[in-house]
Amino acid sequence: MLGKLDWSAIPFDQPIPLGAALIVFLAAAAVLGWITVKGYWPYLWHEWITSVDHKRIGVMYIVLAMLMLLRGFVDAIMMRTQQVLAIHGPGYLPPEHYDQIFSAHGTIMIFFAAMPFVIGLMNFVVPLQLGIRDVAFPTLNSVSFWLTATGALLVNISLVVGEFARTGWLPYAPLSETTYSPGVGVDYYLWSIQISGVGTLLTGVNLVTTILKMRAPGMGYLRMPMFCWTSLASNLLIVAAFPILTATLAMLTLDRYLGFHFFTNEAGGNQMMFVNLIWAWGHPEVYILVLPAFGLYSEIFSTFSSKPLFGYRSMVAATLFICVVSFMVWLHHFFTMGAGADVNAAFGIATSVIAVGTGVKVYNWLFTMYGGRVRFDTPMLWALGFVTTFTIGGMTGVLLAVPPADFMLHNSLFLVAHFHNVIISGVLFGAFAGFTYWFPKAFGFRLHEGWGKAAFWFTLAGYMLVFVPLYIVGLLGMTRRLQHIDMDMWAPYLVVAAFGILVMIVGAACQITQLVVSIRRRDELRDETGDPWDGRSLEWSTSSPPPVFNYARLPQVENEEPYWTIKQRALEEQSPDDEESYEPIEMPRNSPTGFVTAFFSTLVGFALIWHIWWLAIVGFIGAYATFVVFAWRDHGDYEIPADEVARIDGDRKAAQLAWLRRRERVA
Amino acid sequence: MSDATGAFTSDIAAGGATRDVYRPGHGHGSAHGWATGHGQGGPASKFVTVAYGFWIFLLSDIIMFSAFFAAYAVLARATAGGPTGRELFDLTRVAVQTGLLLTSSFTGGLATLAIHRRSMAGTQFWLLVTGLLGAAFLFLEVQEFAAMAAEQAGPSRSAFLSAFFALVGCHGTHVSLGLLWLGTMMAQLWVKGFRPEILRRLHCFGLFWHALDIIWVAIFTLVYLLGASP
Repeated sequence: MLGKLDWSAIPFDQPIPLGAALIVFLAAAAVLGWITVKGYWPYLWHEWITSVDHKRIGVMYIVLAMLMLLRGFVDAIMMRTQQVLAIHGPGYLPPEHYDQIFSAHGTIMIFFAAMPFVIGLMNFVVPLQLGIRDVAFPTLNSVSFWLTATGALLVNISLVVGEFARTGWLPYAPLSETTYSPGVGVDYYLWSIQISGVGTLLTGVNLVTTILKMRAPGMGYLRMPMFCWTSLASNLLIVAAFPILTATLAMLTLDRYLGFHFFTNEAGGNQMMFVNLIWAWGHPEVYILVLPAFGLYSEIFSTFSSKPLFGYRSMVAATLFICVVSFMVWLHHFFTMGAGADVNAAFGIATSVIAVGTGVKVYNWLFTMYGGRVRFDTPMLWALGFVTTFTIGGMTGVLLAVPPADFMLHNSLFLVAHFHNVIISGVLFGAFAGFTYWFPKAFGFRLHEGWGKAAFWFTLAGYMLVFVPLYIVGLLGMTRRLQHIDMDMWAPYLVVAAFGILVMIVGAACQITQLVVSIRRRDELRDETGDPWDGRSLEWSTSSPPPVFNYARLPQVENEEPYWTIKQRALEEQSPDDEESYEPIEMPRNSPTGFVTAFFSTLVGFALIWHIWWLAIVGFIGAYATFVVFAWRDHGDYEIPADEVARIDGDRKAAQLAWLRRRERVA
Repeated sequence: MSDATGAFTSDIAAGGATRDVYRPGHGHGSAHGWATGHGQGGPASKFVTVAYGFWIFLLSDIIMFSAFFAAYAVLARATAGGPTGRELFDLTRVAVQTGLLLTSSFTGGLATLAIHRRSMAGTQFWLLVTGLLGAAFLFLEVQEFAAMAAEQAGPSRSAFLSAFFALVGCHGTHVSLGLLWLGTMMAQLWVKGFRPEILRRLHCFGLFWHALDIIWVAIFTLVYLLGASP
């Protein structure tokens, strides 16, 4: 009836996971109880859960990402403390638990923290920057989000029911085959990544279509904001790379469930094929994450330097160059496979060449600041922290791209330090920069500057304190994923790294405090005009938060910086646009399709992990029925009448007129 | 352009202008009151957007198949002492399968013409024929799989057979899902008639069905013909 599931799945004998699970369970119960007591369920259901508004979905993505970021950060803290406590000793995490922790850390950080954060930012910002009212497929967007949430939920269920994979964040075969991993850990990994992967792929399809087919009148390709360009590149990579992940994990699933022999030791299976396939997805994935961050850094450097972006066209070219070449470097993840000197040399050169594209971008950012009036608000601090530390990470990457050097450093903490160095400064700082930058647009008030700056400095210092020692200890020969340490030479570095993570904890605490303080003091941080940073692209032309339809009239775009042009014209003419006629607007109706589909997908995933076949069938039928019900509905849109549009847009104009008057007085 | 096609495109292009959206030489246009989505003409019509998005999805699907093709290419010789493709493949059956699937694509095209004429009977008839041909194809595939499994040549016999069953089975799964979709669409068309969203979905179904043909042609060539040749 319940497949492999019984009471032995609950870790009653292990205090740490059990305690953690209890705390998570109680916290979740408390939140749900609070929502029930306050009577917020109808509001949540109508305004958020069933919403197909790209802005709401973007916000929900980011909330999910932040929760998972904290979860992955707890894993990081456990790993760093374990390595300090396990010098000549067992530490407090037994090997089978420690292995789950580093696997969960990588999986959660990449798939459920970094990806949702980046996708959430793209979801929120791209339609606003393109000057349109929603993405191409709004309901599909909601489905994507809820499937991602399903994946995150399954990973977290593994904390309580059963176990997580012990195979690292990419389940290398044959370790991940049933012979060596008979438990449900790898199955949890497979189904949560597969389900959320479908969500990611649909997002890719959705955003590529949106960017290529739905831009405001006048916005030719070379007038798109840089964030839209990098989002386009990133989503093209999603469309081209995620199917490879789906296929690879499907093959591993067939091996595990039906006795196939893709990657097994016997019957002709080929383990290196797994490594090749997984990195054919894995390397583009790196750029899927970092390209949108590059784009938003471009926006931030330009805005806070009060200058147009330097070298716009070279930036576009560099973005597309990276997009293409990112598919030609995957083998550098396993130079030691023994493909031969010629193959290794080709991939080593390709890897060094891809750094040229990033180099072009770095110089463009520097020249954007050169001669500008640079303002050091929090988003700009994250951007500056990025450009300095990312360059270091980039250079160690070029070092690792040299195959002979890689043979020495492969699988060492030097490698771990390298990819954390690029991914934290690139993606995480980018996420925080984008979060601070667009927060006022989403909620109508700015985040507190003081706490934001404190968070930046503590995070930057902590991150350097953790990873500079790891670089050194990697050069001293320490390999990754060690559960206990017997070398005295490494000890001082591990202690410094553990101290560094304490500093990062302070940074995270500042971040949470910033959010709480800003919400409590939102009236004094209010953004009245919709343009808190003196921005240049279209999203700043509408009010904060934007109305559900974003723009009362689709803006006419005449150049690369449409809002800057509108502002200059308004300043010259001393009045905002004076168009008075409005037309009714059709917007897509809310739909519970995404949420219900995700509910059934959770059933399917859980059932397949535990071999509860009947439940899997029920889940599939439920998901299909949900789609048919959605397809059968008669009215997909509702109309906002013209006078309602006029009233909402009138408020925006009044606020902007007040701003003009203030500017006049100052001048 | 025939009148039928003109009526059709008027339905799909925003603004009701009777022009072919796909007419070459109109990359940048809002000049005729409707937009293609590229260039500076503003957002494209719903029909163009949906069809384009579905194309992108199909491309991603083809990439997924290419991963299975790559795995098959790597493992094709890894028979582990078990039977080879030459011993297993029955080219007559595969030829019949190919004929069935290609004919179903042709009848799918006839269904599209019936849609242009807004003929409910014609559309339903040709969609039904398409579905039956697809089902016959699937029946032969299941028969083949069952026969191989009975000869101890199932997917767990060797890596070659694992890759074979996964690749061909993935295509078969797509055909099955296509049939489910087709049946749902026929019911929906029957109940709701030729509404714009249903026309869009039928168009996407056509794209899907033809894409499965393309993949089958690759399977036919790379798996069966190459596998059966000495």
